Amino acid sequence: MSDLQLNVPDIDLAHLLGDYRVLPGIADELIDFQGNIRPVWHPLLRHLAGLSAEELDLALTRADQYLRDGGVYFRQYGKEGSTERDWPLSHVPLMIEQDEWETIAAGLAERADLLESMMADVYGENRLVAEGLLPPALLAANPEWLRPAVGITPRGGAFLRHVAFDIGRGPDGNWWVLGDRTQAPSGAGFALETRMATNRAFSALMHETNVMRLAGFFRRFRDALEALRGSGRGRVAILTPGPLNDTYFEHAYIARYLGFTLMQGADLTVENDRLMVRTVSGLMPVDVLWRRLDSGWADPLELEEGSRIGTPGMLGALRAGSCTVINAIGSGVLEARAMMAFTPRIAEHLTGKPLALPNIATWWCGDENAREYAIANAGRMTIDNAMSTRLPFDHGPDVVIAGKTVDGGDVNPDWIRQNGAGLAAQEILSLSTAPALVEGRLVARPMSLRVFLARTGDGWTAMPGGFARIGRSGESAGIAMQRGGSVSDVWVVAQRPDPAESLLTGKRAKVRRLEPGSLPSTAADNLLWLGRYVERAEDQIRLLRAYHLRIAESGSADYPLASHIAGQLEFIGVDPAIPVPAGLVADLDAALRSAGNVRDRFSIDGWNALVDLKQTTVNFASRVTTGDDAARAYSVLLRKISGFTGLVHENMYRFIGWRFLGIGRALERAQAMLRLLQDCTGEGAPAGALDLAIEVGDSVMTHRRRYSVETDRETVIELLLLDEMNPRSAHHQFRAMNDHAIFLPKAGGDTLTPFQARVVELVTTLSTSTADQVSADSLAGLARHAGELPALLASSYLH
Amino acid sequence: MLYDIRLAIEYAYDAPADGGRHVLRLLPREIRGIQKVLEATVECTPQPVERAERRDFFGNAAVDIRYGEAVTRTGFVMRARVERPAPVTMPAPALALADLAGDLAATRSLGPDSPHHFLPPSPRVPPDGAIAAWALGVTEGAGTVLEAARRVCNALNDEMAFDPDFTAVDMPHADAFAARRGVCQDFTHIMIGALRSLGIPAGYVSGFLRTLPPEGQSRLEGADAMHAWVRVWCGGKAGWAELDPTNRMDAGQDHVVVAHGRDYFDVAPVKGHLRLSGGQTTTQSVDMVSV
Repeated sequence: MSDLQLNVPDIDLAHLLGDYRVLPGIADELIDFQGNIRPVWHPLLRHLAGLSAEELDLALTRADQYLRDGGVYFRQYGKEGSTERDWPLSHVPLMIEQDEWETIAAGLAERADLLESMMADVYGENRLVAEGLLPPALLAANPEWLRPAVGITPRGGAFLRHVAFDIGRGPDGNWWVLGDRTQAPSGAGFALETRMATNRAFSALMHETNVMRLAGFFRRFRDALEALRGSGRGRVAILTPGPLNDTYFEHAYIARYLGFTLMQGADLTVENDRLMVRTVSGLMPVDVLWRRLDSGWADPLELEEGSRIGTPGMLGALRAGSCTVINAIGSGVLEARAMMAFTPRIAEHLTGKPLALPNIATWWCGDENAREYAIANAGRMTIDNAMSTRLPFDHGPDVVIAGKTVDGGDVNPDWIRQNGAGLAAQEILSLSTAPALVEGRLVARPMSLRVFLARTGDGWTAMPGGFARIGRSGESAGIAMQRGGSVSDVWVVAQRPDPAESLLTGKRAKVRRLEPGSLPSTAADNLLWLGRYVERAEDQIRLLRAYHLRIAESGSADYPLASHIAGQLEFIGVDPAIPVPAGLVADLDAALRSAGNVRDRFSIDGWNALVDLKQTTVNFASRVTTGDDAARAYSVLLRKISGFTGLVHENMYRFIGWRFLGIGRALERAQAMLRLLQDCTGEGAPAGALDLAIEVGDSVMTHRRRYSVETDRETVIELLLLDEMNPRSAHHQFRAMNDHAIFLPKAGGDTLTPFQARVVELVTTLSTSTADQVSADSLAGLARHAGELPALLASSYLH
Repeated sequence: MLYDIRLAIEYAYDAPADGGRHVLRLLPREIRGIQKVLEATVECTPQPVERAERRDFFGNAAVDIRYGEAVTRTGFVMRARVERPAPVTMPAPALALADLAGDLAATRSLGPDSPHHFLPPSPRVPPDGAIAAWALGVTEGAGTVLEAARRVCNALNDEMAFDPDFTAVDMPHADAFAARRGVCQDFTHIMIGALRSLGIPAGYVSGFLRTLPPEGQSRLEGADAMHAWVRVWCGGKAGWAELDPTNRMDAGQDHVVVAHGRDYFDVAPVKGHLRLSGGQTTTQSVDMVSV
């Protein structure tokens, strides 16, 4: 920094900027070409310089904490499979002045219009090919040009409604488009989370700085999607590939934020050319589907045959014009790198003028002249797969950089000639650098912006900021998130304060209320199983605690009562010889999987509690020993599991989904209780089995209070089977089930579904029985009847 | 020639399969000057709850059907009367292999018959080095596109054994080539791959071959089921030629075309989506008689 005069009035920048180096021939966001700090950064620098090391640390921790508490993650793929990674936040926001931003936004809106025209042409008349503006061979070889989609005109007219652009600033200070993202661009939801996190770190600063808000963008896009609904009861939904996708968190987050239903392909079906969702109330029409999966997977009947995440017949529904899919199926065709070789000429041909925001210079090597030019100028180019949809500096395995192959040798021009049609050359662009914080000091890192545009009734609207990629090292290649790059917020700084705008304010087309019964069947099924698995785990924890307490008391696993419990545990598939059996961990894993499928319907606190419960169990499994130690561990787990159920049951809105969760819990409880009673009140039960039943049934205090006598068969049956006031009794479970069941859809008219009828029958039976009438046979009959409930529920609601 | 054709395909499922939705490509297509379809129907059992006919991208007749209930068997019967007039033979201008690229570049179209669809890799015919090397060898010195195609066709027929027990419908063509055994689908895919590796656009034809051989001649392979052969693009003027590598012959009056595509993926006679929990068995029979 010695040769630059970096000073801002009243700020001591020596510590903060002591390590900041701008490379020659590269633009920098913080420092202009004259070596002055750009004014838009002054408030941030002043703020940072005013913080002590501890204060700065605290601020950054607040941001990280926000992301951790929110469970913000993305999935990273490696050799060993995939793992969930914390969102890689770069804490320093990128500063851009509003004027510059508006120029970018206008340029990109113009480019989005051009891409729309290109989509309409390649899926329509194909005039660009006929007029020699687009080589037919390039389009024919593009795996994202989907022939079954040719000739489909989208309902509502437009092919593209939500696009993104990756842009970077070149050495001359101008912005260049690095990639067009038209398939199903991700990141808008992450941008929102990045904004919230950054706000936690620098809230006062943000308030003073007139940073443009992001919420309005989402509101306008939501309203635009709403406006695409037909006049009927058709829904707006978001289609996700599911929890194993790298950006599933974002899908669930956006669905929650916008209030749209999150669906997977199997939730949808097509009947009579209409796209329908399977819900607990039967099939319901879907009018608008915002897909977050690549086109090829959308319909296994006409596209990728192997797709298990698609909906057979979707293309038929689109041909019939009965629904709008966003973006139109096949929109990925424009993302191929080689297409950018033709975009500039197409723009001039269609609009008569060059694009305000051009892409970096690109040559398709399938064209002889372009290929020979690329060969002659290979020293300043990257040559890579023509169909690559990745950023220019995110290279494929056969990349040639500046004339060199991956193993360092000079590229053979004949290799380029032989593989020409499969290759595209791009001029190497040195991205501008921007500040990142490393150990309390600012360093310069390469940067690119991702800008999101949404189509509204008034044309394209750009999300003002939110998403910049920051390289891990000085190298541009390190910018990709999968390769260790990070993401920072982008602050577009206005001259005047932005009127406060959130998703809730502003003019709304009409008040929307989600209709009951619109719960997709698979979501209902996942919630049901979540309830069941958690309850099953709790049941095991209670039994295991009782078992280890007995061992601690008697010092031996051969003690009759202990071996009696062991028998029960073995019956439900749990090996009592291991202090924390694998079956328990497996059930908690299954609960997490079910919960993971419905994260859009689930509070973040509830999710974190469940993750914590599983982690603790896994930790215990590695160190807990039989007897007293295990009994204590199970008490801890019992408290944690109660914490989870409390959070979920107290805090979840009483949607239909909550009822399935409740039914799952009651089902599992009722079955476990009936099993326990059969076991402990049967003729072969050892002495003390009745006390054990009361203990496992968590009713020791109640029994003591209600009956002055010792436990006997009748008091136990009374308390654990018939007493509806005891929240652990089977009777109570059936009543709870009934309380939920009456809110579920009826079979038609006022007829109860078989499930509803069976629940009523069980409640009636238990209401009219007395303890002395309950025989071993009647217990077995009740268990059988209750055992049929899951199948009845499935056939009534979960098809 | 005038033919009556009857095709029956049956599927039996071990367990009832639901969510049944199919695209059928069984109806012969109309080809101006070459093939005239006088009558054609498809009958489905059980009766689908939805049924619609359309043309697909390549101009083939596609029937979309949906079953409402779970099914344990499904059956499709296609009946057609098709005319294959004797070809009006005009000596096609022979295009030199070396001029093919220029002819291709001059073709600015992506219509269904455009050669551009048929040069890049397609779902069932990915590039294969062994096939490409072999193709280069057997076409050495070939002057015209058609000559190169004939050489590939004949060499393939010489080297490959027709063996219905060897292949399954989803076996990669490279495996069949390595073993030099297979059925018409394998012959066709290998030849397509070979031609494309030489820069010659080539596609898949599904259809029928007449059952009863003319007197004194032996019965041709592939006549008891649907058949497959190859289309070769011989340049802008000559257009498409059809060769049958399984039988070492030009496709002619004995062949009736059902569908054109890049490979089997585009023309599969029954494309289907069912939720299956067990296995399935398929039977197919074809009767084709000249009337």
